[in-house]
Amino acid sequence: MHVPDGFINAPVSAAAGALAAGAIAVCLRGARREQAALSPAGAVADGGERTAPLAGLVAAFIFAVQMLNFPVAAGTSGHLLGGALAAILVGPCTGVLCVAVVLLMQGLLFADGGLTALGVNVLVMAVVTTVVGYAVFRGLVKVLPRGRRSVTAAAFTAALVSVPAAAAAFTLVYAVGGTTDVPLGKVATAMIGVHVLIGVGEAAITALTVGAVIAVRPDLVYGARGLTVPLKLRVGGELVDAPAAPATRAAPAASASPARSHRTLWAAGLLASLVLAGFVSFYASTDPDGLEKVAADKGFDKGEKEHAAADSPLADYGVGDIADTRLSGGLAGVIGVGVTVVAGSAVFWAVRRRRTGGDDGPASTAVEGTPTPRAVGAEPAPRAEPAPRAEPAPRTQPAEDA
Amino acid sequence: MGAGHAHRLYRHARSPVHALPPHTKLTAVLCFVLVVVSTPREAVWAFAVYALLLASVAYAARVPPAFWLKRLLIEVPFVAFALLLPFVAQGERTGVLGLSLSVEGLWGAWNVLAKGTLGVAASVLLAATTELRDLLLGLQRLRLPPLLVQIASFMVRYGDVVTDEMRRMRVARESRGFEARGVRHWGVLAKSAGALFIRSYERGERVHLAMVSRGYTGTMPVIDEVTASRAQWTYALALPLTALAVCLLGWTLT
Repeated sequence: MHVPDGFINAPVSAAAGALAAGAIAVCLRGARREQAALSPAGAVADGGERTAPLAGLVAAFIFAVQMLNFPVAAGTSGHLLGGALAAILVGPCTGVLCVAVVLLMQGLLFADGGLTALGVNVLVMAVVTTVVGYAVFRGLVKVLPRGRRSVTAAAFTAALVSVPAAAAAFTLVYAVGGTTDVPLGKVATAMIGVHVLIGVGEAAITALTVGAVIAVRPDLVYGARGLTVPLKLRVGGELVDAPAAPATRAAPAASASPARSHRTLWAAGLLASLVLAGFVSFYASTDPDGLEKVAADKGFDKGEKEHAAADSPLADYGVGDIADTRLSGGLAGVIGVGVTVVAGSAVFWAVRRRRTGGDDGPASTAVEGTPTPRAVGAEPAPRAEPAPRAEPAPRTQPAEDA
Repeated sequence: MGAGHAHRLYRHARSPVHALPPHTKLTAVLCFVLVVVSTPREAVWAFAVYALLLASVAYAARVPPAFWLKRLLIEVPFVAFALLLPFVAQGERTGVLGLSLSVEGLWGAWNVLAKGTLGVAASVLLAATTELRDLLLGLQRLRLPPLLVQIASFMVRYGDVVTDEMRRMRVARESRGFEARGVRHWGVLAKSAGALFIRSYERGERVHLAMVSRGYTGTMPVIDEVTASRAQWTYALALPLTALAVCLLGWTLT
């Protein structure tokens, strides 16, 4: 799916490059935060120094795992793309950085994907797959019952959605800046159709891989941080909650996630619904677009010719076509986003209400800005209290000694 | 790390192109590709001139043509797509050998093939004449965010280690009689991928601790600042500037 040079025209490539650079700048900040969240409890406030080695090794892992061939049937085989997997394992921002670095190195060293198309490639393959995959994953983890199996199921769905979403994003870029006037409907159906198939494979492999990691080191799966069960001690033959010190490990996860997750979930949900709506609206507009196309074919053809003769740098633009598609697509998209947001919030609200009814509701009590007394009482202020020895993962412990 | 510190595409030689500072080469290639992409596709001769320009650079860099052409095979999957374009594009149609092809599609296929091939050829030349470390130094000199450069340098430094780990796992699987034949074996392969992730991540943690214990605070010290003289810049930018002249000629003549 690496886009080569000359496929997307120069202005759109430049715009995509600027967008990709902005996304990477955001992710550079976000990755520090993610690494700080993953680092041992309260060890460092700033995860910046951890980011480079860990993200570098994860990028090397993605690079290697793309070479691992999964046989499909006699003779054919596929491989992992890794965007959704990276997002689930190390977090969305670090995931974007890792995939972007892999793409950069592939472009520079192996001539895989054009240099001018690097922006498009990063935007489509690193940003869209990772962000969509993570948004879907996080949303599902919130909604599904807690447990290892639902994490695997969420990983499956996330990877399944992320690949066609990237294909849809590519179609969008192509619609704006493609150099050949192929009917958009055809591009969309071909791209999305093929990538749904690829997505199924990607989904199966991602789910199996996440399952394998979560069985061995659940603390390494960034997407499933909130799901760790608090440590219990066996005192005199019965299980009791471990005292304050071990709770600090669980508490940041439990307390940070509801406060943060509202906003993140909202933003992520909105983004996912936007992308999905765009993708649905393409299907919705394929038919009328095709009809209009047939009707207006001659006229556009003449326009195209004149453009080429007039030597406009945007001769390959096909403006009329875009205007139509985007108008109808945009309208459908706006309506779609509205409906999705309303439906999504209704479901979310209902689930929240049900959880509040049940007794374990850390997700429900934290109202932004005004924490209820119960929430405060339940969680001993996590960050203020240094408790280095409470670390369940022994391997990371020397970090505090060093 | 037994494979040495050069990547597979690098070809060692002593030539003026090898000796250029990396950031000038990176800039030159990027500008060249940009110029190529913005050339009108009707100016067929311009692309021939670009190919000649690249060939002369390859000659100056002492990259044998066979080596260079073999590397171009990477774009084969995409050629297949380009060949499909004349059949699916719309607009005026023309008959070639009894097939009805779209004129627009033919132009599109030519456009993608010519520009894509020139882009790949330029990147291959860059990779063949620049070592990995130099490439990273060049990126750093071009003001890529330092964190990104560090991630990239860790990736290339440990890429071989992780790949080797994967190879050892494959040898272990195969020596126990495992052979991946179909979808049913995905579980085993995915477990290997999961194990690979855990090993990579834990290696990253160890590397981080080792670095922290040697005084790492999040930035790498710059020991060797690469600089380029005016003559070197001129030499490197000769390629994109010539290409720019050709491109402008192309715009005026067609």
